Formats: sequence, C-alpha cells, structure tokens
Amino acid sequence: MNDSIVVVLVASSIFYGTPLVFAAVGELLAERSGILNLGVEGMMLIGAVTAFWSVQHIAGPDWLVLTLATLIGGIAALATSLIHAVLSVSLRANQIVSGLALTIFAGATGLSSYIGNVAGLGGQPAKHEFTAIDVFGLSGVPVLGPILFHQNALVYASWALVILALAYLYRTRTGLHLRAVGESPQTADVMGIAVARYRYAHTLAGGLLAGVGGAYYSLAITPNWIDGMTSGAGWIAIALVIFAFWRPELTLAGAYLFGLFSSLGFVLQARQVPLPPELLGALPYLMTVAVLVVVSTGWAKQRLGAPASLGVPYVREER
Amino acid sequence: MRIQRRLHTPRWLLVAVPAGSLLAAFIATAVVLLVAGNDPIYVYARLFERAFIAPGALTNTLITATPTLLTGLAAAAAFRMKLWNIGAEGQLYVGAIGASGVGLALGAQAGPVIIAAMILGGVLAGAAWAIIPGLLKAYFNTNEIITSLMLNYVAGLLLTYLIFGSHSFWRDLSSFSARQFPQGKVLSDAASWPTFDLGVLVLPFGFVLGLLAALLLWLLYRSTIFGFQARILGDSPSAARYAGLKTRRVVVAMMGLSGALAGIGGASEVGDFRHLLDARGLQQVGLGYTGIVVAALARYNPFAVVLVAFLLGGLTNAGYSLQGPGFPSGLVGVLQGMILFFALGGELLLHYRISFTHLSLSPLGERVSERG
Repeated sequence: MNDSIVVVLVASSIFYGTPLVFAAVGELLAERSGILNLGVEGMMLIGAVTAFWSVQHIAGPDWLVLTLATLIGGIAALATSLIHAVLSVSLRANQIVSGLALTIFAGATGLSSYIGNVAGLGGQPAKHEFTAIDVFGLSGVPVLGPILFHQNALVYASWALVILALAYLYRTRTGLHLRAVGESPQTADVMGIAVARYRYAHTLAGGLLAGVGGAYYSLAITPNWIDGMTSGAGWIAIALVIFAFWRPELTLAGAYLFGLFSSLGFVLQARQVPLPPELLGALPYLMTVAVLVVVSTGWAKQRLGAPASLGVPYVREER
Repeated sequence: MRIQRRLHTPRWLLVAVPAGSLLAAFIATAVVLLVAGNDPIYVYARLFERAFIAPGALTNTLITATPTLLTGLAAAAAFRMKLWNIGAEGQLYVGAIGASGVGLALGAQAGPVIIAAMILGGVLAGAAWAIIPGLLKAYFNTNEIITSLMLNYVAGLLLTYLIFGSHSFWRDLSSFSARQFPQGKVLSDAASWPTFDLGVLVLPFGFVLGLLAALLLWLLYRSTIFGFQARILGDSPSAARYAGLKTRRVVVAMMGLSGALAGIGGASEVGDFRHLLDARGLQQVGLGYTGIVVAALARYNPFAVVLVAFLLGGLTNAGYSLQGPGFPSGLVGVLQGMILFFALGGELLLHYRISFTHLSLSPLGERVSERG
C-alpha cells in the first residue's frame, strides 16, 4: 500500500517542495516589510555552494556537520542579501533592478559558480547528506507513514518554520509592527517603529531562509555541486509568495503543489508512462503562470492583497 | 548624516558617478580575487588585453556584444515604461527557433530572401512569445516579471525538446552519429548573414541591425505618439488612464516590440554565428539576462545600450577566451553584478545630496537642522 503511486507522489512532493517553503517564507517576510527581493535564486545558490563546501570540509558526526553546513549556507546567503538591503533601504535604489543584479552577481554564472570553481567542488559526492528519518518508528504505518514519518530533518524544520512564522506575524507585537511597516511605513514611523531597521532585519531573514532552501538542494535533493543547480526554484519561490497571498500557511500548500509537478516527472518515468520529460518539466512554470492569472484577478486581490508599500522606498522627508 | 533631494544635478556628476561606480566595482571585485588567491592586476590586464587589444579581439568582442545589444534594447524599450519584461532570454530562444525554422524551410532560395525571412521569423516568434505576458498583464493585471520569467524556462525546455527530445524538423537525423549525438540541422550557405570587413574589425550583420534598432527605438520614444504614450504610462499610469490612453494596447504593443528585438537577437545567433539551432549553446550563455544588465547600466538610453553592450561584450569575450586555470568561471558574473550594484548605489548621488549635519529638536518638537 505504501508503494502505491499516490502515496509515493505525496511523499515526494513534500520532499521536492520543502526548499520552496524555506525560500518562500523568507521572501514573504521581506515582502511583508515592503522589500521585494528578486535575488532569491542567487541567494539560494550561494547557500547551496557554501553548505556543500562545509560538508566536504567539516569533520564530525552527520547531524552536527549537516546542522553547521545548513547554518553556514544560511549565513552566507544572509550576507548576500545585505547588499540588497543596503541598496534598497539605505540607498533607495530600484528594487527590481537591484534584485536582478543580486541574482546575476551570485547566480549560476556568478559568485556561486566562482566559489564552486575556486574550491573545486564539482564532480564529488557529498560526504554527508540529509536522509529520511524514521520518526518514532512509524514509517511503516499505512499511507501516513511514508508521508509524515519518513522525511528528512529539514522537512520537519520547515513545518516548524511555518508555524513560527504564523505565530510571529499574527500573534506578536513585532509581527504586527512588521505588517504596519509593509502596509504604511509613514504610519509606522509616526507610531515610533524604526522602519529601516524592520526592513533590514526582514530582508536579511529572507536571505537566511533562502540560503537554507539552497542548502537543501546540495545536501538533500542532489547531494553534490553543479552550477545553477536550483534551476529556477528561487523564481518559483517568489511566485509562490503571490500565489499564497502573503500568508505562510498557504506557501506550504503551494510549495507542495510545485513539488508534485517536479516529482511527477520522475515517478511517471519510473513507471514508464510515455510523456516527454520536457513537458513535465515545463508544468511547474506553466502552473505558476496560470495560478498568477487567477490570483491577479480583481476578486482575489481585494480579499487579500499585497503589502501596500511593496517595492516603494520609504523616505521620511518626502512623505 | 542627512540625505536631501537635489533640485538639479550638476553636469560633472553625470560623468563622474558612472566612472566612479565602474572604478569601485573593479576595486570590489579585486578584493574577491585577492580572497580567492588570484592577482587582480594580472587578471584585469589579461581581461583588457583579450577584450580590446589582442589581434582579432575587437571582432570577437563585437560577436559577443551583438546578441546582448539586441536583448539590451529589448529590456531598455520595456523598462523605460516600467514594463518589467525579463523574458528576453526566452524570447531570444524562440526567435532562434523561428529564424532557423524559416531558414531551413527556404534552404533553396536566394540569400537576401532567406535572410529577410529569417529576420522576420525571429521578430514574429519573439514578439509572439512576449505578447503572452503582455496580454496577461494588460487584461488580468498579472505580474509580468514572474510570467515573462517563467516562460524563459518553458522556452528553454521547448528548445531542448526540439533537438534532444524529439525527431523535429530542426534536428539533424541524416547520419548515424547525428542520431546518437543530437544536434540541429545546419542551414544552407545562402542563409549565412553577411559581414562587413572594416580592416581593424569585422562587423557582423546582426550588430548593424542592432545599431539601426537603437536609432529607431530612440526615435520611437522621442518623436512618435506611441513613444509619448509609453513615456506617460511609465511615469504616471494614473495620469495615462485619466488622459484616456488605451493603456492595454500600449502595454501589449510594447511587450511585442521588446520581444521582437530579443527575437532578432535569436535570429542573429543563428544567421551570424551558429548556423543551426544550438539548443545547448544558447542556454549556456544567458544572453537575455545580460541584456537586463546592459539596459540598466545604460539607464534605458538606446545609444548608451550600444556602448555598454560593447564594453560588457569585451568583458564576456575575454572571460570566454581566458577560462581555465588561473581564471575561474563565474568571475564575469561577479564583475557584472558588482558594476550594477555600484551603478545603482551611484544613482543616489545623482538625485540626492548627502550632507553631514546635526539634528536637534527645537522646544516645539520640530526638527531643526543646523550645519555642523
């Protein structure tokens, strides 16, 4: 029963959707503060390459090395996102161009490739990788076992992250302030909230989480290093935030839907269903377009819209 | 420290800021090189030599500059009216598919006929691909950044499918080895675009098309009604609506124009350089994304796009020819990103003045600034 195609599909869509959860929740936090960061793809690749470097160079037990590597990936991506924060918060640059510049700088033909090349990371298998944990020995439970109790540690971490993000946004004072900053920085400023500080902090948090999502690629999905290995996941994460109406719990649903399309290709191929792999490969991208169209129509926008000041620099003197 | 908006920008700053940004970018990249254990002066000297000085370097620089000139114009056209078409990458692929398809189909015709048809094929294919996000933007208010970008991946997969995943019209199936190692059908000699030998350098036809397109784009924005409408729409969408502009029509048309320019880039890749549909090669170089860098650095001015495309073309060309030990891959992207960051930061200095003053509060609680 646990080998049935539905169970395998659901379990693997969670597996493939998890990096998107991290990156999308990160981008969501940044966007809630009013900062649009299109550099997610670049930050994920920085996270992927530095995390992979770490597992190759740190000695120790699996759990310790993997924790450190994931953290290092996150921190490296956080440092990358600082560039975007300085440019868009302090220097009031165009956030779209700045984010694109970040992806060019760090992405598949930039710094991540440079680091991988200088450190000679290509073509070696990872010395440590995330593997599925048999939680409470329940992995054999029919249907639910493989889906809920036989995933890797980062999957469980991503569930915790979504709960934390929800509690943070809707149950804490800082979360309330954050939403105020994203909706109306003028009002927030008058209330005595440090707008710039909030925008910096959440852009950096977005970088950290994108880095963790990137690390998932080089430590869990394909445990090695290839230039541009996230192949557009960063862009899908940005689309997911819109898809999820800027709500953390919905990013989870969206990410698994995209994970489903990524895994559908592998599963159908393994079962020898004759469909061109390119068509299946294109499905997540076409899905994003279709979903965006539905989400962008009037009724959906009115119910739950974007943070009102998204992408607009805040200049106190010019309010 | 206070940042105040400038009422007018002094002339000298318009030159000093970009030059300073460029210098700062090279210095920052030098730091990256030093950290990785490379000698920056040596790397830069070789970069400059291979880009502009060495025999044949200028010709190669023009070859790498040609597609990014066209994708740069594509981005500049759309970005000028704040239409964020970042799909030039995919529009270029589709343009290459269209142009090579037409070129293959007309194999027996005379040169000028094939070449004209290939340009048209590239234009139509690129425009059609770009009009999809354009229509979605115009009628459903869908974010064109994401949709145009998603279509890049779809176009890439289409390219892969045509050469690697199927026995399509574009694929060479004439010999056993071609069936084992998939590649595109080679176009007839008549479909090769002409070149112009100017002594020190050889000008590819695609570059000439790019120059022409830059001139036309400048004229379009400067002295046509459509360009005027696009400028209004870019500067103030609400004003455009109140003035009764047919906003949707302008958005769709501008997307089409932008895609058409990128499509010519794809056609030029086929006609000028590759002479077949090179599914893998086209996807390795990121010509569309580089176009965005070019347009942003040129601040969406078509003539500046020509200059920037040439300079970045030199950088990329040198990057290719130097790749190997002592010259790591990814360096060119790092340098391009740095240049963009500093150029963006430099914008602030053009529009704002930074003054160092002390802030103090008057008894009434108003902020009073005193020069310190």
